[in-house]
Amino acid sequence: MPALGADMEAGTLVEWLVKPGDRVKSGDVIAVVETQKGAIEVEVFAEGVVSDILIPVGERVPVGTVLAQIDGAGVAPPPVEPAIVAPKPALQALAEAPPRPTVAPQVSRRKITPAARRRAAALNLDLETILKGTGVEGSIRLADVEAGASVARPAPPLTRRGLDLSQMRQAIAAAMSRSKREIPHYYLAETVDLHLSLTWLEAFNADRPPIERILPAVLFLKAAALALREQSKLNGAYENGVFLPAAGIHVGWAIALRGGGLIAPAIRDTDKKTLAELMAAMRDLVERARRGNLRSSELTSPTITVTSVGDRGAESVTGVIYPPQVAIVGFGRVATRPWAVKGRVESRPLVTVTLAADHRVTDGHLGGLYLAAVARLLQEPEKL
Amino acid sequence: MTDAEIRALILELICDIAPEVDPASARDQDDLREIFDLDSMDFANLIVAIHDRTKIAIPEADYNKLFTLGGATAYVGEALARSAARAR
Repeated sequence: MPALGADMEAGTLVEWLVKPGDRVKSGDVIAVVETQKGAIEVEVFAEGVVSDILIPVGERVPVGTVLAQIDGAGVAPPPVEPAIVAPKPALQALAEAPPRPTVAPQVSRRKITPAARRRAAALNLDLETILKGTGVEGSIRLADVEAGASVARPAPPLTRRGLDLSQMRQAIAAAMSRSKREIPHYYLAETVDLHLSLTWLEAFNADRPPIERILPAVLFLKAAALALREQSKLNGAYENGVFLPAAGIHVGWAIALRGGGLIAPAIRDTDKKTLAELMAAMRDLVERARRGNLRSSELTSPTITVTSVGDRGAESVTGVIYPPQVAIVGFGRVATRPWAVKGRVESRPLVTVTLAADHRVTDGHLGGLYLAAVARLLQEPEKL
Repeated sequence: MTDAEIRALILELICDIAPEVDPASARDQDDLREIFDLDSMDFANLIVAIHDRTKIAIPEADYNKLFTLGGATAYVGEALARSAARAR
């Protein structure tokens, strides 16, 4: 059972994707485990033949438990940089996870809105128990499901497929409490003029179909990653009293989950990817984070976190470091404000970039150089 | 497509992006991003989905015309009418 975060102590095996006799290679997804962060696909980092499945579906086991035996060739080292040796966080009284309801995708031939269908699945409510739909042509709407749920047999506790929001909240609480307890944060901010970046991006997007267009957040992500090449002490892990610099730049991209919760899976080699590749990676991660299809390596490999609040967020965001990482970079909402340009006041799109970093590893001077590098990179968007 | 069909299509596409929302609650004047809590990526994906289904061109500069349900319905309707006129 892999540790899929600083705070994880145990996980429940919910699905085996291999059986004894199957040949596996490094990178294959072999099982699905349910964690506080929802369902995660577990990859294998060995090559060989599965000889024995040791943990049955439904069992909850502590991190470090052997799940299966693989016979064969050498074990490739997992491509996760610093192995996470987390000090035991305060133990949460975790209720035994309720069994996952079997969600039948085609529950009924009756007309039903997607929202109603999903809500019914979440409530584990049989749609046949809903007698009357109040939507168009008697179709079942969300309200009908809610009404049905209140009269039908008491529904089991809400177990949204793979993600229990109260568990997710506990995972966030454990990681963030540990961060605030152990990491002496320092905070810096820099306002950056995005006139050049956004003008360039507008031209870039103008002659491209919607699927190929790029969001400003992609420029932020790339600039944040490239600047780490100059200040590598912000990229890595702090464990057992020492800073372990990471070999690659794998940015954890913070994704807000609909309905609450947050997860920051890694985009591998962020600094080496093109803007188009980063946009595709971001789109893919958001979709899989919401569906519960993230991979184990994506949760264990981030070397730093970047968060961007988008166009409806606050003007600035100062993050809390995700242990054992040593920094988090925040991009606020782009806001048009007066800005002095060559002695004249002009209207310019501005973004506040923040850095929260670990004082055990770096000082504000280095952090300031990092933010200056981000600001400089955003003035040359064509080079990103 | 009639306006009602376009409106229903837009709501259907939003349900794909935000499965937990109740599309019936939307009014024409509502900002889709606000009532359905769509972030920048969600809205970009909505534009991609509308483009895929209707084949109309939606330049980035026009995105703000599609923020409300009524605005989006009218925009798609006019674009479809223009392309039909060109085809004739």
